[in-house]
Amino acid sequence: MENIRLAFQGIWGHKMRSVLTMLGIIIGIAAIITIVSTIKGTNEQIKQNLIGSGSNVVSVRLFQDDWEYDFTYNPLPENVRVIDEQTRMKLQELDSVSQVSLYTSYNGGDAVSAGTNMFSGEISGIDRYYMEVYGYIVGYGRSFTASDFENYRKVALVDQKAATALFGLDYPVGKVLEIKGEPFTVVGVVEQNSSFQPTINSYQDYHMYADTSAGRVFIPGSVWPVVFQFDQPQNVAVKANSTDDMTKAGQSVAEFLNQTQIISSTAFNSEETEGNTDTSRGGVTYRSQDLLQQAQQLQEMSSSTNQQLIWIASISLLVGGIGVMNIMLVSVTERTSEIGLKKALGAKKKRIRRQFLTEASVLTSLGGVVGVILGVVLAQVISFYNQIPVAISVPAIVISVVFSMVIGIIFGLLPAMKAANLNPIEALRRE
Amino acid sequence: MILQLENVNKEYIQGKQSVHILHDINLTVEEGEYLAIMGPSGSGKTTLMNLLGCLDVPTNGRYELNGQDISGMSDDALAEIRNQYIGFVFQNFYLLPKMSAVENVALPLLYRGVSLKERRARAEEALKLVGLGERLEFMPNQLSGGQCQRVAIARAIVGEPKLLLADEPTGALDTASGNQIMDIFRQLSQQGITIIMITHEGDIARCADKIYHILDGRLITDSTENVERKEAKSNE
Repeated sequence: MENIRLAFQGIWGHKMRSVLTMLGIIIGIAAIITIVSTIKGTNEQIKQNLIGSGSNVVSVRLFQDDWEYDFTYNPLPENVRVIDEQTRMKLQELDSVSQVSLYTSYNGGDAVSAGTNMFSGEISGIDRYYMEVYGYIVGYGRSFTASDFENYRKVALVDQKAATALFGLDYPVGKVLEIKGEPFTVVGVVEQNSSFQPTINSYQDYHMYADTSAGRVFIPGSVWPVVFQFDQPQNVAVKANSTDDMTKAGQSVAEFLNQTQIISSTAFNSEETEGNTDTSRGGVTYRSQDLLQQAQQLQEMSSSTNQQLIWIASISLLVGGIGVMNIMLVSVTERTSEIGLKKALGAKKKRIRRQFLTEASVLTSLGGVVGVILGVVLAQVISFYNQIPVAISVPAIVISVVFSMVIGIIFGLLPAMKAANLNPIEALRRE
Repeated sequence: MILQLENVNKEYIQGKQSVHILHDINLTVEEGEYLAIMGPSGSGKTTLMNLLGCLDVPTNGRYELNGQDISGMSDDALAEIRNQYIGFVFQNFYLLPKMSAVENVALPLLYRGVSLKERRARAEEALKLVGLGERLEFMPNQLSGGQCQRVAIARAIVGEPKLLLADEPTGALDTASGNQIMDIFRQLSQQGITIIMITHEGDIARCADKIYHILDGRLITDSTENVERKEAKSNE
């Protein structure tokens, strides 16, 4: 304690020198804190943008080899079974899965019209769980009811964009729209819960998400065959228990579907291709579109470039450490007679060594604290001007301060040893 | 007997040459003695003082302090001996400029592991003894030279040492302050502390009970008349 008080006294006594000595540490720590904060901020943004914070929904779709199976022009492959309600219930009981919704989608063409207005967004045939899984809430009118599904009612829900495209500024509820010539009554306008909406912070973000926001029209899945083909394959929306379970939930649903819903091509075409070792069910598989995984890959990319920046910042810390060593050596020389006197009065080596080590580490810790503050401020400034979100990492702050203290101890060791080993006679002789 | 030197020699290696500074010093000091060692500069008196103060060890010969042979002791062991048995008073006081008088005085007790409260109480007591009870919180630069030396004396006696070593204690002071210091030494001697004072001033040396002379690294005599004669000779 005494040493720490003395160290502060010493630092305060040479304000200018102490600040200059700490500068290297301050700059190094500030740079590291800034970089780490922006990395963390960018990563969180990537994650948020891709998966939507808190939505936890993975979609499992049918793939042909490495490409998403194109439902628009192809019917359901012969060896793929339609997923029925019983299977859906089984999926819902899998580990990490909280809820499952089945839906079909048609994307493109000017299939929807109201009068002369055309709409070219996405049409989805949904089940009664869809709205809940994807977090849609009813803005005007009502949602689908059980009887809509059971009685094959030709009703539709639209989102705000579709409503505007089809009906302009008119109140859409009660109006009629046509899908491939079949009339549907709009019963409600829905909007997605804000936590499902991607974070749009920049122009690039806007473009990234613009395609998904062309508007959507929903009809009960049971009516789908009236308009489209009966054997339209289904997409599966899986809501996981938590964000971390998304990968697992998506994979287990895809695996389950691959095992139960797709008849192996060798079994299906057993009389045809002899010796066909391809057991991949004719190249058609269910796959989870794991956004979490994609997010992680993007995050790794941004992290690895920034990691190099951290190395460069560390060089500044090294230089700062050498600066501290230099100043401590000067300090030892300056205080030779003080050291000599203390030794004459009975101070042991350990005590002298500890005094200088404490002084060096107090100096660098102080530099570390100032660096952290500067880094946090700098990160905020960068986030303000560049629209990059910044997340201050508490572990990074703690590690930085501890690390700067360690630098003080490492680079203070040599001067402290020198002080401790001074010969008291020599030390007292010098004036 | 508080200390005894037997055939003590001290050599230093300077470059390739070895310099023989002390030759066969024999000295016995009884407890409570007050003695002065005189000599011109370069005579080896500071080296002798360093040996007596356990700041250095003899090249050969035997030095026994309070019954312990200190030759061959480690640096840390010597530090402990100094802390326990010896109080130093230097010509230039060597007060730490950023500490108050009382903090300076308490320093040796810190190294002995005494609690802060007791350190403070004992330091105040020592300062009262040298007549500075009113200036406990003064910084060294607020004190006169004589007062600084009194603070240094307080620091030397605060640990109740067996031996008080003074190296030119009045060298940096005017006559009045010097006399004040000598009065304090006399008072301490009467309280039973052994004092060894090194000086080149005859007036100061004569304050002691016994005077030794050192010349060219040899301890010569202990007779007071002899001292006076030698002095007359060197004044010629």
